[in-house]
Amino acid sequence: MTDIGIERQEARRSGSAQQKLLAFASLIVLVAGFSLASPRFFQIDNILSILQATSVNGVLAVGVTMIIITGGIDLSIGTMMTFTAVMTGVVLTWGGMPLPLGILAAIGTGAACGLISGTLVAKARIPPFIATLGMMLVLKGLSLIVTGTKPIYFNGTEGYTLISQGSVIGRMLPAFPVPNGVLILFAVAGLVAWILGRTVLGRYTFALGSNEEAVRLSGVNTDRWKMAIYALAGGICGIAGLLISSRLNSAQPALGLGYELEAIAAVVIGGTSLSGGRGTILGTLIGALIMSVLTNGLRVLSVAPEWQTVVTGVIIIVAVYADQLRRRGSH
Amino acid sequence: MTAGRELVRMQGIDKHFPGVHALKSVGFELRAGEVHALMGENGAGKSTLMKILSGVYRPDGGRILIDGAEVQIADPRASQALGIGIIHQELALMRDLTAAQNIWIGREPRLSLGRIDEARQNADTAAIFARMNLRLDPRTPVASLSIARQQMIEIAKALSYRPRVLIMDEPTAALNDAEIAELFSIIRQLRDEGVGIIYISHKMDEIKRISDRITVMRDGAHVATVDAATTAIGSIIAMMVGREIGDEQVVVPDLAQAPVALEVRGLTRGTELRDISFSLKKGEILGFAGLMGAGRTELARAIFGAEPADGGEILIHGRPARIRSPHDAVRAGIGYLSEDRKHYGLALGMDVRANIAMASLARFTDRLGRLDEPGLRKVARDHIARLRIRTPGDRQEVRFLSGGNQQKVVIAKWLLRDCDILIFDEPTRGIDVGAKAEIYHLLTDLAAAGKAIIVISSEMPEVLRLSHRIAVMCEGRLTGILPAASSQQAIMELATERQGGTA
Repeated sequence: MTDIGIERQEARRSGSAQQKLLAFASLIVLVAGFSLASPRFFQIDNILSILQATSVNGVLAVGVTMIIITGGIDLSIGTMMTFTAVMTGVVLTWGGMPLPLGILAAIGTGAACGLISGTLVAKARIPPFIATLGMMLVLKGLSLIVTGTKPIYFNGTEGYTLISQGSVIGRMLPAFPVPNGVLILFAVAGLVAWILGRTVLGRYTFALGSNEEAVRLSGVNTDRWKMAIYALAGGICGIAGLLISSRLNSAQPALGLGYELEAIAAVVIGGTSLSGGRGTILGTLIGALIMSVLTNGLRVLSVAPEWQTVVTGVIIIVAVYADQLRRRGSH
Repeated sequence: MTAGRELVRMQGIDKHFPGVHALKSVGFELRAGEVHALMGENGAGKSTLMKILSGVYRPDGGRILIDGAEVQIADPRASQALGIGIIHQELALMRDLTAAQNIWIGREPRLSLGRIDEARQNADTAAIFARMNLRLDPRTPVASLSIARQQMIEIAKALSYRPRVLIMDEPTAALNDAEIAELFSIIRQLRDEGVGIIYISHKMDEIKRISDRITVMRDGAHVATVDAATTAIGSIIAMMVGREIGDEQVVVPDLAQAPVALEVRGLTRGTELRDISFSLKKGEILGFAGLMGAGRTELARAIFGAEPADGGEILIHGRPARIRSPHDAVRAGIGYLSEDRKHYGLALGMDVRANIAMASLARFTDRLGRLDEPGLRKVARDHIARLRIRTPGDRQEVRFLSGGNQQKVVIAKWLLRDCDILIFDEPTRGIDVGAKAEIYHLLTDLAAAGKAIIVISSEMPEVLRLSHRIAVMCEGRLTGILPAASSQQAIMELATERQGGTA
């Protein structure tokens, strides 16, 4: 009560910056290690395929980073991504509409689903874990129902596969044909980084995770902002839906489960705190790259897929443990 | 009650916290069989000194002697082992366990196979209760006990360690007169058994009734140790406040022509708020006094929409206002500074600039939602200068600021929002004396500039120092509104005026 501002004031760099540095160093070590272990690893083709593989997970991770910074979580992003791809298929293949409407359908569907999650969390006060767990199953089921459990192919839409696979850069720089999917990832990441760093929405994202009640008592309509953040993340999920369906040239209704955990793992490895209030998009990008470098590198080294899964699991645990250590240190 | 041998001697105790010299070479001495009152304003260093004695903090310098031998008190366990017991102001009981289970938590008498010997536990508890003349079944769940009885359980818990030194930190804050009398008879009995008791309180009359000697602290320093029986209350107060606070009289402005800014009519919520009506004029400071749990914070939160009322009306500048959320309240021009600024006032992990701007971001946002950072920096720096917030800069995270400076950041937040009506709930809690005087001047200046201000405070001198009128609450009712500079006794009478004489 009468203690006066007793805050431990250790000279301490921000934990987030520390973790980001750590993540970046691990990425370099991984790339160097795999390069030494196998000459096939550090080849342009392989690097491009790593980047390509990062694009879907990266976009999902960037979207969910915002939600995690608010102190929330979204477990539905994997099946939501699939559902947006299915709705794109409905519009393009079944409806025969032009491509821009399909893109709109993906992003719109994602935003609508995100808005529902956000409403459940903000208005109905259902914990994000539960609300989005429910959404995850609902959307998985809806994808199967809408498609009758069969994939929808995009053969009728000219150039659909180019969304992810084509290379605008390759036309100018044939030696380094970076796929469009990677450009889209960087564009989305840049946009979200800008939102977080420069806009009022970003400010409230951090503030909600830092102390939601204080923000509410500042007269801010916290419910509305939270819903906006979930909706925005949903829209980004729709972009991931476009990327994955473009790569597969189809909407695969059974796909999706598990993507949410890989995305969340990338976010955590990148130094965003699961307790909210702290996080960066750059960190998330590094985290997503670590995940795909690991998968790719282990495959290049001919490690059995089941062992790849084990290693990925261990990495996630180590990353969350690092988050815990950091949280303990900052109290 | 003859002066016993010396139990505790603290010499030259020094303690620093970031930005604060909390204890400046403080000395304190306690004898066996005495009640030694420790007095001083909030922030004087009483609690810090006691936390050093009970092992919560380590001193930066100085010596502690117990029974004449120097000791190191590394942690609370070490303090307990030395026979020092402490009863904290806040209750720390597990509500769903019984009285006995609470008292013996963590050191339950065991039977084989890890079973707890409940019978022995209850018998031991009964013995302690008997010593305290407390008629209570050890098997009673704590949740069913009154606050006063729960406090007795805390005391029993402290006694179960067979302490030779007992520290009581504002033990009567939540008690009525009958309960205080019961507590005092227990204290006297312990004293007669040779226990040394350190008694922290703000209540002058209690101190005179119960204590043998009084030590006064101010600004982290020892002022004097005097004999309770022969020292006048007036001179104790003079030692406590030293200069500014007691000397400055509240100047009540002439508000006859001032328009009413806020009117509350019949505000009701469950049993917490019962039919509360009052009005507040532009330029007026209305103080709210009352005991803990009287409903003052609940009233503030109802007016602010944090927990909306179920009945009654709020008029702002004469027009009925519909306030269902803090968002509505802020739009209507009301700002609320919570008693718990860390939980409800600040985003501690964010910087000073972001916190100051938290309620006003809409003004600094363009159509794309972009924040005007240069503008935010300018207003943040303006407010840092205006309120003399001591911070290395506007990008410093607020968790590194002292309590007084954190409070100023919250005030800056509402000044930037330009609210007409400001509700300050315990504005100087946990703030040192110097910053306190600054905040008093700030509130007075704000009122002079036409703000309508409500100040809720549990510190009587603070209410008297600031208020143009004093509203008093008891058990969710507004029991009266007194003019400025009323006597403490008049306030206390209203604060304990229970309905239907249930006291």
